[in-house]
Amino acid sequence: MQIQGAQILLECLQKEKVKVIFGYPGGSVLDVYNALHESDITHILVRHEQGAVHAADGYARTTGDVGVCLVTSGPGATNTVTGIATAYMDSIPLVVLTGQVPTMLIGNDAFQEADIVGITRPCTKHNYLVRSLQELPRVIKEAFYIARSGRPGPVLVDLPKNIVNQTKEFAFPESISIKGYKPTYKGNRRQISRAVDEILKSKRPVIYAGGGVVLANASTELHKFAKKLQIPVTMTLMGLGCFPGTDELSLGMLGMHGTYRANMAVTNCDLLIAIGARFDDRVTGDLNTFASSAKIIHMDIDPTSISKNIKVDIPIVGDAKEILKDVLQTIGTKRTKKQQVKPWLDTIAQWKAKHSLAYQMKDVIKPQFVIEKLYECTKGNCIISTEVGQNQMWTAQYFRFDKPRKLLTSGGLGTMGYGFPAAIGAQVAAPKQTVIDIAGDGSIQMNIQELATAVQYNLPVKIAILNNHCLGMVRQWQQLFYDKCYSHSTFEAHPDFVKLAEAYGAAGLRATTPDDVERVIKKALAIKKPVIMEFIVEPEECVYPMVPSGKSISDMILL
Amino acid sequence: MRHTISLLTDNKPGVLARIAGLFSGRGFNIASLSVNETLDPTVSQMTIVTYVSNAEDPIIEQITKQLNKLIDVIKVIDFESGHYNYIDRELALIKVTVDEHKRSEVLNIADIFRGKIVDVSRNHYTVEVTGDEDKINAIVDLFRPIGIKEIVRTGKATLPRERPRCADKQ
Repeated sequence: MQIQGAQILLECLQKEKVKVIFGYPGGSVLDVYNALHESDITHILVRHEQGAVHAADGYARTTGDVGVCLVTSGPGATNTVTGIATAYMDSIPLVVLTGQVPTMLIGNDAFQEADIVGITRPCTKHNYLVRSLQELPRVIKEAFYIARSGRPGPVLVDLPKNIVNQTKEFAFPESISIKGYKPTYKGNRRQISRAVDEILKSKRPVIYAGGGVVLANASTELHKFAKKLQIPVTMTLMGLGCFPGTDELSLGMLGMHGTYRANMAVTNCDLLIAIGARFDDRVTGDLNTFASSAKIIHMDIDPTSISKNIKVDIPIVGDAKEILKDVLQTIGTKRTKKQQVKPWLDTIAQWKAKHSLAYQMKDVIKPQFVIEKLYECTKGNCIISTEVGQNQMWTAQYFRFDKPRKLLTSGGLGTMGYGFPAAIGAQVAAPKQTVIDIAGDGSIQMNIQELATAVQYNLPVKIAILNNHCLGMVRQWQQLFYDKCYSHSTFEAHPDFVKLAEAYGAAGLRATTPDDVERVIKKALAIKKPVIMEFIVEPEECVYPMVPSGKSISDMILL
Repeated sequence: MRHTISLLTDNKPGVLARIAGLFSGRGFNIASLSVNETLDPTVSQMTIVTYVSNAEDPIIEQITKQLNKLIDVIKVIDFESGHYNYIDRELALIKVTVDEHKRSEVLNIADIFRGKIVDVSRNHYTVEVTGDEDKINAIVDLFRPIGIKEIVRTGKATLPRERPRCADKQ
């Protein structure tokens, strides 16, 4: 039977088990939207295409499945770029379907034409311009395969209008073969046994776990490994939750705003075991002093991450879960001496006693206090998304994540405006969970329009705005490194966030004193619709500890 | 120093743009480039020459890894990695300004380099010459004082030799 290209597209999506699409219609994708009307696939109509990509991203981070979004050509497509770049930096599997002008108009500066394949080439794992209806099913199958396999990432598929409105027989390919793409999952046996020898010899080991552990669903294996050998674990922002934050072996986050004990442990260790992490500059600080007396084992699925910033002694290319399984199996037959690391754990306990995460309570609300109260009131049993800046760092420091896929944050690109649409995506993926976006007064305004989406689909996302009436992190850097010259970092006009929430049909609550905080949170959690909680917080508060950019991570500014 | 990288890629639109983007995104210049179809029409071969400060530069490792990471790239051979002995050739067309006193000198030089005169006019000889980069540089140096009006050079064509390096035998 001959069916339309748009229907073929949707058939392909169903074969790939797509349940939800986040999107925004327009001229070039009208045929797809027409077919979508009759389809079983749920469509969430966002209010801005950037929101669609972040929502698909939040959905993907929550479920581990590929997030899908659908937008029109030209501005619809270009509006997705920030979202795509965000997902690319954090290795999130997405398939972004963009409309395109008919093939015969491509290159003619047609209405709503943009070379989105050219524009997104450096920020997608791969992208396609579909040139015939014949190749559409293969392209869609490859797009999903590439997005979710190996080191995951966003894949864009550009769909010219004349291709989706032609008709043809539908045939979905059974298998695919991409000559130039064969991800490695199994770690090299010899490298693994070399690594195990080093691990068993080490007296001061540290595990440095990143987002790769979350993406590989390797938390169980990581936990077994760390517990068995009593190796302390520090996590990157992207890794938070891959090892329980409340565990005694957890050192918390490392890096620029890492804990004192994490940064000291990494600086002084004799063996650094990096798992699914990429030695980002916000983690390493000055490369010359980063784990300078340590041997480095690096397990990562992406060979380009290995020895990129720091020369690695034992690289192991493969999937974190597979490698850790093999490591555990190799160790299983050997003798381990737990008492060997006892003095090291004692040293770390002394560093911990410094309580680098502390703040002074005053009669104004401290933002850290809000995060602690959110943790208390939810007992940590919720999905948290963040925006970018101080709100993000305080969340990473004060909210203790015990499980993976509970923190959604733009780690690599640092995209303000990410958190709220991502929370919407997470709420779609997990309707029964509490989802809270921890935001600043600056970043929430970057995608505030999505409140209408949350209201329309009855998604009871909670937004906690830490309102300090300024761009907190910018102001902090200006305070510390630019002689308190607060150039354009304070907001002199703000909407009334409570009224704004109400105007959108959501609920709005405000806390102005520390006593209000718990009451507001509890009340918000009980409301079955989207809620903005506005906390008027101390405007001068800084995120500590802090490592000045380019300094050694042991060189921390403490409170 | 020069660094020669050979690639097998899918033969389809956009592949060269991806590869070029990978170099430009990291601030590297492509010194020369040649692209051609292989016996398999779905596969292209490219030879890229780039400059790095030294052969040990970790950036070369990063470039080859990044090239390998591209979905459209099937195989990457780094000719400077020490595992390959290879043949490389370039072709140059050199338009030399001549007068009656210089014609025989130009012919002589072309002959020594096994070049051919492929176009003749009253005041110009165009010489076609093939060889590795050093050979082309040498003939250019000899023609320069006589007067070169125009020159074009192709990118490198490279093939690994079918026998191991002498050093590997020991």
